[in-house]
Formats: sequence, structure tokens, C-alpha cells
Amino acid sequence: MLNLPVIVFYLFAALLVGSSAMVIISRNPVRGALFLVLAFFASSVLWLLMEAEFLALALIFVYVGAVMTLFLFVVMMLDLDLVPSREGFVRYLPFGLLVMVLLVAVMIMVITPEHFRLGSIAKVTEHAEGYSNVKEIGGVLYTQYLYPFELAAIILLTAIIAAITLAFRGRQNSKTQRIDHQLAATKADRLYLVDPKEGPL
Amino acid sequence: MITLSHYLIVAAIVFSLSLAGIILNRKNLIVLFMCVELMLLAVNMNFVAFSQFLGGTMGQVFVFFILTVAAAESAIGLAILVVLYRKRGTINVAELDTLKG
Repeated sequence: MLNLPVIVFYLFAALLVGSSAMVIISRNPVRGALFLVLAFFASSVLWLLMEAEFLALALIFVYVGAVMTLFLFVVMMLDLDLVPSREGFVRYLPFGLLVMVLLVAVMIMVITPEHFRLGSIAKVTEHAEGYSNVKEIGGVLYTQYLYPFELAAIILLTAIIAAITLAFRGRQNSKTQRIDHQLAATKADRLYLVDPKEGPL
Repeated sequence: MITLSHYLIVAAIVFSLSLAGIILNRKNLIVLFMCVELMLLAVNMNFVAFSQFLGGTMGQVFVFFILTVAAAESAIGLAILVVLYRKRGTINVAELDTLKG
């Protein structure tokens, strides 16, 4: 009964739940971000257990490699005052716990195998030997879903441009022309007359 | 034996934890962002579980696109956060009341 996949599942499910709990209760956002990384790793292992190899690896590449690094950069760059951001935590704690318990209870009641017919499926769909998850997803991604795939590329391009435009401040020491200043210049800005004996007129 | 329900319950717990996190940490914009990421993770877990247990790759293609959009969203969101901090000197949600009538 207690074979290796079951042990791995429970271990990493507990790790996932625990680290997500730490994300929301940790006082320091840097620690929260690191716990979020741990949560992504744990869920990646769970996806591997479901034989979804491509997405498990993509989760690590995209989230742990790119998004969480960005988060850590931003959290460390901003000099945050942590005290005011904690106010209201204790006040809302009962409400938050209530919402959580209600949601979990409802979902578990719905999802358990007695009520949810599909829930009793105990096995991942079996595949022939030599089956490759990456090949399968790539096969549909580049044929059936080609158009959405290209739209996703455009979304990423838009995100790049938007993020750079928002955060770019311009070079502080560059010596470029500022055309609008040049055009707006009048004689009064540039020229003043001086009397050699009396000083400025 | 690990059934589909096990994965769905784990995803439900993570989703509700992040919902509780949004309620609890409503002052800190960065933690709110991280909670949204966790929510997306829980939803992705559901997609992958259904896709793998029922057969078919459509759910996984969906997760691929969700990952893309989430990456774009967090990049733009964090850029807005940086600009906000530069302009206002704070990212406390309670102090961002410029649009308040």
C-alpha cells in the first residue's frame, strides 16, 4: 500500500501546503518569495509524479528562473517599511481562516470520490513505451494551437516593451539633444546684455 | 493509491490558502502579487491533473498559455510597482488613495 509514489506525493504535497502557508504569514517579503520558490519546486515534483514532464520543467524554468528572480530583485530593491504593511493582520485573521476553512470544506465535499464520479480515477492515463510528453505537447502546440502560440509570443513582447518603458528612467549622464528645449528657446533665455561699467542691464 | 481527488484537494488547499493570504495581507502589494501567483499555481495543478488523468493534452496546452500570461502579468505588475514606489515612496495599499473622491 505504502509504496514510493504515495510517499513522494504526501511528502511534497505537505511541503507545498506548508510553504504556501509560510508565504502568506512570513513577515519579510524576501522570505515569502523564497518560500514561494519552494512551493513551485514542490508542485513541480507533483506534476512530475503525474507524468507531465514538460510543464514541470517549464514551471521551474519560467517561475523559479525568471519570475521569482524578478520578484526577489524588486523586493530587495525597494527599501520597504515593513511595520505598516502588517497592520490588520490579526484583525482579519479570523475572517481569513473562516473563508479558508469554508472553501476547503466545500471543495473537499465536492471532490471526494463518493460525490465526484471522476474522482475515483486512480491512474494516470497509460501510454505506450517510448511515449514522450514533450513531443506530444509540441505536436499539438505547433499545429492545432499555432495561432494562440503566436499570440502568446506577442503578449510576451508587449510585456517586455511595457516593463522596459515603465521602469526605464533614461541615462542620467547622456549628452543627447533635447529637440523640444531647443525649439522652445527664445532670445530672452540665451542673451543678456551687460554694460561694461555698470554690470548687468 | 493516488487518485485524481488527491491532486484536486491539494490544489484546493493551496488556492484557499492564497485567498486567505489576500485577505490577511491586504496592505502589502508584493505579498498580494505572490498570493495571485500561488492561485495561478493551484489552478494550473487542476488543469494538469485533469489532463493527465482523463487523457488528452488540451489541459497542458492551457497551462502553457497560463504560464505565459502569468509571466507577462507579473513583469508588468512589478514594473508598475517600481514606478509607484519611485513616485510615492510607498507601496502600502492603504496610502495609495489618490483616486479617492
